[in-house]
Amino acid sequence: MSSLRTSALGRKGRLIALLAGLLLLSCVANLALGAVPIPPGEVIAALLGRGSGTTASIVLYARLPRLWGCLLAGAALACSGVIIQGVLNNPLAAPNVIGVNSGAGLATALCCAVAPGAVRLTPLAAFLGALAGVLLVLFISERAGAARITLVLAGVAISSIFSAGIDAVVTFVPDALSGYTDFRIGGVKNLSMARLAPAFWVILIALVIALSLSNELDLLLLGRETAQSLGLPARPLRLALLMLAAALAGAAVSFAGLLGFVGLLVPHIMRRLIGENSLPLLLSSALGGGLLLTACDLASRLIFAPFELPLGVVLSLVGGPFFIWLLLRQRRGGGGL
Amino acid sequence: MIELKNLRAGYPGRPVLEGIDLEFRPGQVLAILGPNGCGKSTLLRTVNGLLPKSGGQVLLEGVPIDALSPKQIAQKIAYLPQSRSTPSITAGRMVLHGRFPYLSYPRHYRAEDREMVRCALEWVGGLELAERPLPELSGGQRQKVYLAMALAQNTGTILMDEPTTYLDVSCQLEVMELARRLAEEGRAVVMVLHDLTLAMRFAHRAALLCQGRVQQVGTPEELYAGGTLKQVMGVSLERVRTPAGWRYFYP
Repeated sequence: MSSLRTSALGRKGRLIALLAGLLLLSCVANLALGAVPIPPGEVIAALLGRGSGTTASIVLYARLPRLWGCLLAGAALACSGVIIQGVLNNPLAAPNVIGVNSGAGLATALCCAVAPGAVRLTPLAAFLGALAGVLLVLFISERAGAARITLVLAGVAISSIFSAGIDAVVTFVPDALSGYTDFRIGGVKNLSMARLAPAFWVILIALVIALSLSNELDLLLLGRETAQSLGLPARPLRLALLMLAAALAGAAVSFAGLLGFVGLLVPHIMRRLIGENSLPLLLSSALGGGLLLTACDLASRLIFAPFELPLGVVLSLVGGPFFIWLLLRQRRGGGGL
Repeated sequence: MIELKNLRAGYPGRPVLEGIDLEFRPGQVLAILGPNGCGKSTLLRTVNGLLPKSGGQVLLEGVPIDALSPKQIAQKIAYLPQSRSTPSITAGRMVLHGRFPYLSYPRHYRAEDREMVRCALEWVGGLELAERPLPELSGGQRQKVYLAMALAQNTGTILMDEPTTYLDVSCQLEVMELARRLAEEGRAVVMVLHDLTLAMRFAHRAALLCQGRVQQVGTPEELYAGGTLKQVMGVSLERVRTPAGWRYFYP
């Protein structure tokens, strides 16, 4: 058994290493390519502080924060998806589907409207909004013993309510979201390292805690009764994990706006590639989320260069059809979603 | 040993169990029998602390179960529910979760845990399943894996809610044989069963429930002689003596 386990571990390890490698390539391409192509040598020089002139400025002040934005938002949204899907035992649940992102969006809009200068407050506000979204969904799922599709429909309703809230805020305070270029569809343009810093810490801490709770998350996948019979305090733990998911999604929304599909698509693909063990699933989803966003961001800059599409547009154009394809394939294969 | 004393339990506004007195004795398989909705599953869930009781006592080695933490209960009682989700993890990983009650945060499974998993899988005759994903296994193989998980949990008592449902006959017999072997090793095995013939053949004792009360507890021979089976279940049983003991069947 031990030799077999090693081979299974080896396969997962290789997949994760492959993802990390692809992500690294994508990161380099992100820094090097765009309206102004910059040779990799100069990129590295700029990163090491030895660059000078316009190219160094482009790398350090335009492309690097953008890259960090993609990595952080991708990892946070994908892991938030893994956690929400595990806790609610529903593979269709994702932060953008069940109203977590839009809850965070509404809170961000409110925060920007009330306290325009308080950049540091937005992740906190977004977390509270995301938490409100996630708790509403949890309440509905516990109350109605909701079937998977009911939960998704409830999420659609909650999302619409929060979106209406965002519209109302923008109607009354038209400049509320002026700091975001593409808040409603999601984007990572015009970010700065200072603006990313609060979200960075929230995401880092939440990811470390989530990874440390991966065995608990595994147990929840076995069903509430089994988890409890193994001595897991299921109720408080579900709540704690959903709070982590809210913190992750909220932090991502606080700087990148309402990016869709990452939290649904990435965990779905990773689950197929790597199985449902939470530790490798969380790790690979964090890498996969970063890879998806960096690749889409690169595409958004290159397809119509020198014009740019918002990241959210490319993400939806890639993610939507891919997800439909996945659904159809799964249907044909007879596998239940 | 687990003792239930005047146990009452149920759901808000709907009492299910009334005045249950029962013992789960080490070294014995106890079958819980009764028609649908009589409270068999509620009984197991209450004993395991998954449902709050509304009165009476559940004593674990003489200690009231309310005084124990979920983790302490999990080190004493393993529970195999009737249905559960089958995540896409390997069978070995599933069995490893049986060791969860023995770890504290941040939980890392140790070499000794993995060794227990290997022994447990070997014991149920499922070592070759270790690396297979759960969703690929047949119902019978999955039940073996769940049993191995309960075994890895290393508890004195194992509760099983309808472990033979959806299994073909040979798998049903295999599960019952394993239950019997678990009891022979000194564990108290409690099984909710619908198949009276299986229960009467393999259980050391059986408790017959009806409308939330225990109608009769005794050995299969006593139950057969008592006549309450027909009264409660609405079917009568016949039996023939074989070299291996009594075999019961529906006439």
